[in-house]
Formats: sequence, structure tokens, C-alpha cells
Amino acid sequence: MSMLSFERRYRVRGGTLVGGDLFDFWIGPFYVGFFGVTTAFCAVTGTLLLIYGAALGPTWNLWQINVAPPDLKYGLGFAPMREGGIWQWVTILATGAFVSWALREVEICRKLGIGIHVPVAFGAAIVAYVTLEVVRPVLMGAWGHGFPYGIYSHLDWVSNVGYQYLHFHYNPAHMIAVSLFFTTTMALGLHSSLILSVSNPPRGEPVRGAEHENTFYRDAVGYSIGALGIHRLGYLISVNAALFSALCIVLSGPFWTKGWPEWWSWWLNIPVWK
Amino acid sequence: MSAGTFRRGHLAPLALGALAGALLLAGCERPPPEAVQRGYRGTGMVQVYNPRDFAKSVAANPPPPPALPPAVAEGPRASQAFKNVQVLSDLSVGELARVMLSMTQWVAPQAQQCAYCHNLNDMASDELYTKRVARRMLQMVREVNTSWTSHVAQTGVTCYTCHRGQQVPTQAWFTNPGPHQPGGLHATLAGKNVPLPVNGMSSLAYDPLTELLIKPADVKLTGEQALPAGNRHSLKQTYTTYGLMMYMSGALGVNCTYCHNTHSFKEWASSPPTRVKAWYGIRMVRQLNSNYLLPLHDVLPPERLGPTGDVAKVGCATCHKGVYKPVFGAPMLKDFPELGPPRVVAAPPAPAAKPVARTADAAAGAARDTRGR
Repeated sequence: MSMLSFERRYRVRGGTLVGGDLFDFWIGPFYVGFFGVTTAFCAVTGTLLLIYGAALGPTWNLWQINVAPPDLKYGLGFAPMREGGIWQWVTILATGAFVSWALREVEICRKLGIGIHVPVAFGAAIVAYVTLEVVRPVLMGAWGHGFPYGIYSHLDWVSNVGYQYLHFHYNPAHMIAVSLFFTTTMALGLHSSLILSVSNPPRGEPVRGAEHENTFYRDAVGYSIGALGIHRLGYLISVNAALFSALCIVLSGPFWTKGWPEWWSWWLNIPVWK
Repeated sequence: MSAGTFRRGHLAPLALGALAGALLLAGCERPPPEAVQRGYRGTGMVQVYNPRDFAKSVAANPPPPPALPPAVAEGPRASQAFKNVQVLSDLSVGELARVMLSMTQWVAPQAQQCAYCHNLNDMASDELYTKRVARRMLQMVREVNTSWTSHVAQTGVTCYTCHRGQQVPTQAWFTNPGPHQPGGLHATLAGKNVPLPVNGMSSLAYDPLTELLIKPADVKLTGEQALPAGNRHSLKQTYTTYGLMMYMSGALGVNCTYCHNTHSFKEWASSPPTRVKAWYGIRMVRQLNSNYLLPLHDVLPPERLGPTGDVAKVGCATCHKGVYKPVFGAPMLKDFPELGPPRVVAAPPAPAAKPVARTADAAAGAARDTRGR
């Protein structure tokens, strides 16, 4: 892949977190770094393990391949490879790959002298994954509480775990997380359409700028959050969507064992209207 | 930002966040829970219990008092030795006395003992309503132990299963007339939006029992094909079905995955066997309510009737009382064969119960059972 004429000057040495100069080089367009190596190792090994797990299973149908966690009886110990051990190693390697990728992003940020907003935002997604597959199983006392690796199987897990608490829509953190996910898509829709609209003026006319952007939303809804503000807002709501979904699942089981509707009894029992 | 660089302006939101977090967790429980796996690993078919609540449930559901020593089964029949023995007529005199004594432990207040149901000057008299009710209840117990092994298996039931030493079992239920509402449009709650223990404090139907646990009615509403062509069930009916499911969940102290793989609620092949038990349980409860409880309306005094003048009825919770198996599966019938199927040696031949082939897939109406009237 050829590089753009101005790209080379951004390729500065240093800024690595570990490894010094050892992996401080690029392969084609990709920065390598120590964490690039660990990302590649974890991702390749984990993927091969998943393929091995699929080979042990009854199907190669992509939708139905299932690599499941161990039975609850193994608790927080290691299970035999064919009875959930693969799932355990994949979980370790996946966490390693995700964290490595985030740290590789940090190194790139340091090279460029920019903030680490991107790896922090990605960190929210990693927190959600680690909460599901590590934190909650540890709090509940068995790796078997993690979700299985498979397209249909993980959806079935989501459904059954939701119904373990009778009606998951009554989970307050789930309510907030769902609202944030929807708000995120709405904000992205509003922002992306606005950018497309100002960058596609009638033929022969110049591209419009911030004044037009602000005026549109001031006319439409009385307020424009501004060019920088929309990105702060998007960051806030999208990162919180991930964090609140992590919260809603870590509450379910470790901190609440009954139906979620029943949790609201404290609200119904407030003395003012009880 | 390092810990040392907090400016004063940062403390207020932090304190607010900590307060909100503390409030959120104040309504919660502490880990770790106890979990029971009930499906293939990774399917999420798991029962989750708070061990402290579970210990309370164990304490609240003690096993029955030790059974009296077995009585001699030989000798004259109770119906030959006593007057007006209509239900336990196939028992020996000793067995009848044993059952009567046990019933005082199971049901009668300790102050009254035999006198709770009997006129002590004329034990054969039916003058007390409690005796007439007790007779019907004995018929019901034998019916359950004879015809409903699909639900109670060999565990069986005795009076203790529901009564637990109380004259009226806890968690019997009455029709709920709903809250008083102003007229007009406000009057149309449509049977929902009243959080109660029966519907798990949700917005689902607040009296699903009257609708679904007396007469045959469709509980399974899912269509047989992807598009809703031909499925005439209403959205309101789904509220009622889910209301019943919330009730059953509370009655058994289990979550939805005890009986369903929620991958498909309607599919029998992927459901745990417990769902078949529950299916029979629903049919059993309907039969007991229609044939044994509702006919007692004219026998019971007004103070025993509910807000709409109806008799107390049985539901899942009346026996289960929040436990997946009543009294945690303690065998009931083992020590009381007297309450099992009527013995064929009995002098007055009881009409033989006709076995009805029931399959899980049979339509709800097919299981309608009018025996025992």
C-alpha cells in the first residue's frame, strides 16, 4: 500500500510503552510495536483455538458453531480442553488481544502527541467484554456464567440470562444503557447527515462551514451544540452506553438474584404514596 | 488526571455519583449467589439463588411432623364399623383412626382437635361445615394421588402439602376485582398495570389466575408460523399468559429457564422436562378448582369467601409455597397409603378411574377432565 505524500513526517520514533526501539517500526501502513506483536499472537492463537473448537463440534455452519464455557461444577478452576477449556483459553487470549490493541493505540497517540481519547473509548468496550466474561463469572463463582462463543449460541445465552431475572427491561442500568445506545445512533445520524448536507451544496457553489451547520440546528431545534461539542456529546453517550451495559449485567446475578420488576419495590414503597 | 489534582469543582459530581451508586446498590444483594445449572453449559439455563433467602425458604418449609406408626390394614372396614364414612370407606378401622389423628396435626387448630370438624357427641353428624369441606378435600387428595401422578409422581400429596398446620392453606387465592377506579376512560385498566406479588410486581395482568387456572383456556399463544396469519390471540392475552408465568415463577421460586429454553418458549423439544410437569400442573389445578373448590361455595360460611363472594382456590403456590418442589420434595404419600388410590379390596367399589392418555402436545381442551364430580 502506497503512502500519501505527507504521511511520512508523522512516522516518528519513540513513545513506546514497553520494548523500547525493538518493535518500533512499520509494516506497510501498520505500526507494529510490542503490543502489535502481542495483539497478533493473541488474535491468531485465539482464532485457531476457536477453529479447533468448531472442529470438535457437530457443525461447520457458521451460524451454529458453538464454543461453550465449562459446566458450573468446575467453578473458577480450569476445565478439560474439550469441556470448556478452549473457551477459557480463548477468553484469556481475546482479553489479551483487546488490551494489546488498546495499548498499541496509546503508543500511536504518544508518537503523535495527541490525547488518548480513542484507546479510552475502546477501553469502555473492553470493560463491557471483561465484565461479561471475567468479572461477573468471578463474582458468581464459576466460569460457566460467561457467554459462549457462537453467533446463535451467544444470542440464546443473552435471552436465557435475561429471563433468569424474569423481565430484563425492568433492570434500571439496562434501561439507561438502551437509552444511551439509541441516543448514540440518533446523535450520529444527526451529525453525519449535517456534515453530508454542508459538504454537498448545489453544483457550482462552495462547501458550507460551521455557520451554516449551527444555523440549521438553531433554526430547527433552537440550539446547536457546535462542531466540537457534538463530538464531546457523542463520546460521552457512546462510552456510557458501553459502561452502563456492563453495569446492567454485573448487577444481574452477583447483586440481584430475583426478578427485576421486584427490584422496584423500593420505589413502590416510598412513604409518600405507598 | 492524577489523584492529587482534583479541583474543588470535581468533588460535587464525584460525591453525587458515589451517592447514586450507593442508592442503586442499597436495593440490591451481595455476591456470591448460589447457582444451579439446568441445561447444556453456556446456554444460560441456570437457577440463581440468594443463599440467605434460600435458607429462609428452607426454614419456612419444614417437613411434615413424624408420621404415626402404620395401622393394621386387616379387620373390618371403616364403613362397616362406623356410620356415615363416605370417602375413606375402604380403610381398616385402625387406618381411619390414624388418618383422622394425622389430620388434626395437619389441619385442625391445636385447641380444638377433633372438635374442629366433628360434633363430639355424634361423630357421624355432618352438621359442621368443616366436616363437609374436609370430606371433599379428602376426595380431592385421593384424586390427586390417583389421577395426577403426571404431576405429583410418587411423592403424592397429603393435607400437609397445602395446610402446613393451618386451617386454611396460605397462598390460596381469590378473584381480584382490581383497584377502585374512576369512571370513563380511566376505568379501563384492561386487567394490567397494577404491580402485585402475583405478577412479580410487573405491569402484567394482575389476576391471571381467574382467567387461566379455573376453566380450560389457551396459555400457549405463539403461532405455528412466523407470520401471524390465522393466530387470533390478542396482545391482552399475552399479558395474561406472562402474568401467569410470573405467578408460577414466584410460586416455585424459580426463573423462566426452569421450564423454558427461551430460545423458543413454545418448542417442547428444547424445553426441560419440568415444563411437561408444569403443563400437567396447570390442568390439575383447573380440575381441582372446577370440581372440588368451586362446588364448596354453598358449604362455606360467608367469612371464608373472597371479595367477590368466591371460594378460596388452589394455584401453584398453594402447595409449592415458593419452592420448586413442595416441602423440598419430601415424600408425602409414602407414609400414607391410605390417601392413595382406593384399595380394590374395599367393600363399596369405587368407580375405577379411567386413565386418559395425555400428551404434552394435546390441545388444552383435550385435557379437560370432569372426573370426580
